[in-house]
Amino acid sequence: MQHNLAITPSPHVRSGATTRRIMQDVCIALAPAGIASVILFGGHAAVIIAVCVLTCVLTEYVYQRLMNQRVTAGDWSAVVTGLLLAYNIPANAPIWIPIVGSVFAILIVKQLFGGIGSNFMNPALTARAVLFVSWSSIMTAYPNTVFMTGGVDTVSSATPLAALGKVFTGAEGASLADVGLADLFLGNCAGVLGETCKLALILGGIYLFIRKVIDWRIPVCMIGTVAVMYLLTSGFNAELTLKELLSGGLMLGAIFMATDYATSPQTNLGRIIFGVGCGLLLFVIRAYASYPEGCSFAILFMNVCSPLIDRWTAPTPFGEVKQHG
Amino acid sequence: MFGKHLFPGGIHPAEGTNGKAVNQRNAITELPAPKRVVIPLSQHIGAPAKAIVKKGDRVLMGQMIGEAGGFVSAPVHASVSGIVADIVPVTMFNGSEITAIVIENDFRDEWAPLDAPADPESLSPAETLQRIRQAGIVGMGGATFPTAVKLTIAPDKHFEKLVINGAECEPYLTADHRLMLEQADAIIDAVSLILRIFSVPEAIIGVEENKPDAIDALRRAASGNPAIRVQALPVRYPQGGEKQLIHALTGRTVPAGKLPIETGCVVMNAGTAFAVHEALREGKPLIRRVTTVGGLVAKPNNWLVRIGTPVRELLRASGGTQKGTRTLISGGPMMGTAFTEIDIPVTKGCSGILALGREAIDPEESPCIRCGRCMRACPMNLQPVRMDHAIRARRFDEADKLGVMNCIECGACTFVCPATRMLTQSFRAGKRIVTIRRNQQKAREEAEKAALAAKAAAEQSKTDGKEA
Ligand code: SF4
Ligand code: SF4
Repeated sequence: MQHNLAITPSPHVRSGATTRRIMQDVCIALAPAGIASVILFGGHAAVIIAVCVLTCVLTEYVYQRLMNQRVTAGDWSAVVTGLLLAYNIPANAPIWIPIVGSVFAILIVKQLFGGIGSNFMNPALTARAVLFVSWSSIMTAYPNTVFMTGGVDTVSSATPLAALGKVFTGAEGASLADVGLADLFLGNCAGVLGETCKLALILGGIYLFIRKVIDWRIPVCMIGTVAVMYLLTSGFNAELTLKELLSGGLMLGAIFMATDYATSPQTNLGRIIFGVGCGLLLFVIRAYASYPEGCSFAILFMNVCSPLIDRWTAPTPFGEVKQHG
Repeated sequence: MFGKHLFPGGIHPAEGTNGKAVNQRNAITELPAPKRVVIPLSQHIGAPAKAIVKKGDRVLMGQMIGEAGGFVSAPVHASVSGIVADIVPVTMFNGSEITAIVIENDFRDEWAPLDAPADPESLSPAETLQRIRQAGIVGMGGATFPTAVKLTIAPDKHFEKLVINGAECEPYLTADHRLMLEQADAIIDAVSLILRIFSVPEAIIGVEENKPDAIDALRRAASGNPAIRVQALPVRYPQGGEKQLIHALTGRTVPAGKLPIETGCVVMNAGTAFAVHEALREGKPLIRRVTTVGGLVAKPNNWLVRIGTPVRELLRASGGTQKGTRTLISGGPMMGTAFTEIDIPVTKGCSGILALGREAIDPEESPCIRCGRCMRACPMNLQPVRMDHAIRARRFDEADKLGVMNCIECGACTFVCPATRMLTQSFRAGKRIVTIRRNQQKAREEAEKAALAAKAAAEQSKTDGKEA
């Protein structure tokens, strides 16, 4: 009866939570938006998603094998990166775009900075930003959905954001009625492939919240800040505000990308500051920078600030007198 | 219902096979005394006791066989009557070697003359401390700090509240639960005596709400004494941590690096209170305790066991360990100590013996994903990730600054970590190194001061010489 007894230091039990399980949960939460993208943009969306996921996992695997590191490519985190990157690419992009983006995301942004947990910028977002800057004509050629006149093969002339921007700045002939609320919510509008169906994204967010993978602070603060800013600057135009919230990459960014563990603060207060910061930046870029989409850049900028925010908001040990330094 | 004071962090560890749900229904059963008891001279924090018997001596049950080896120390007593067979070093749960007195039981259970006070209510504080000390009572929740020392209050401090720890927040353990249920009157009696003798205005007994029967029993027993309050506490590990418990019950926070008395509180485990009752009412020393046997055993139970009984006997009486047992633990699964040698004797601080399966084997570590779960779980409001990074990079000053010395080694951070990192384990090592470095620093500073003083003195004498 004394055979095989192990001596290990306490604690002797664990919660059973694992990195892999968390990443799988994120994948589950991302699934509805993926399905929606195939319905909205057709088979090519599925191809882009598959290429991104495969390239990301493969890049991680090959890199770790070559560098003689422990292979963590099975922890599903590369799958998450692949999905997120795919969701940030227009559905009709040529196939080399997701490949280049995936290799860049995993190799440069993730692995060269030390692998999972050590990267300070979100890999998918950074890759998107790089693709955007390098091949902006491809990355901003948003196709129409299959339900829109012209279908996927036609490039949309105006995204909802552009239309709303005109309303916001009071351009002539612009009307809120040009952008349908139901279309925005269900995703029947131009945009990158995973960001359009807000219903699917919100469902995923609720799942992550229930599974305690993310907490409410970053998404609620980010979305809330955008809402407040639009209300204040548009003379409390609720319809405009709501449509702004449902446009562009805000939902995808707030729920899935701003909440990335490695690149967002860990403290509760830090997460609030981070969320508000993302929301403010997004608003400023959208409203004043004449940029089509501010979400990625807002989050990336806050990523860089996040270690600092964590330091400012570090908790005081229980029983220690609060001190600053 | 719980009062409004929640300590930071906290977790809800799940029970495994034969955990609380099963064992809380098993009444305390006396385990027959074994043929031999092995009584270590050090079962407490502080100096070991000194043997005062020799091989071949006949000893009686309750007779002191080792006397306290200093102020912070506790005597030990024979838990059976019989002959001292040997005085030998034995290996303890934590791997240390300690001299122990082995007594061959004569199965007569002949008590040494018990010196029960005629009127415990009128004992002076000094007499009471003396009796508690002579009875060998130490903290029975596992900390094993000598109780008499704890109750010796420095003149500049005030003993305002007696806090009784009945939280029993570790999974599996039910010894305190059963004791509070079955011996509520005795525990309340000890509390009343301490309040009276030390002129303490108030006692609060904190019990996690998953023991409603024990709460009822204690409330009933305490109904005649308005100075005693029984408070139900939320089930949250580590509710029974001293600082967490004081905060939950009084709203007061023990300053970092300080003792509970800074808040006017003295914390005593429920089992310790029972031992105090036996010492003050009947003059009995601490020679038995209640120990839970749980986990992968056929018949989990709460045993009343003589101190010095080999763990082997406890396991045998509990039906032996079952297939799949991978680790034996003394104490609870969160803070207990793994051991392999089952002839180790049960000591005063041994609240449980658990047989755990595969879940107790540490999984391989993977890289931290910076999820922040460890920070959220920490009941001391620390930042486990940053401390762990600092310690692994051997930046001990940074770890010290981050407050690693405040870590109570509760295990909550390791428990929740999805990257299965050995956080608590790293802090345990880090704390040791920080302590050594602090001491070295102090020694250096003192040496410097001494050198400076010597130099000044030398110069002084030089000038003195010139003047002369
Ligand atoms: S072991 Fe230390 S750092 Fe970890 S949760 Fe407990 S007190 Fe906090
Ligand atoms: S719980 Fe583990 S993975 Fe999460 S931040 Fe703490 S150490 Fe890192």
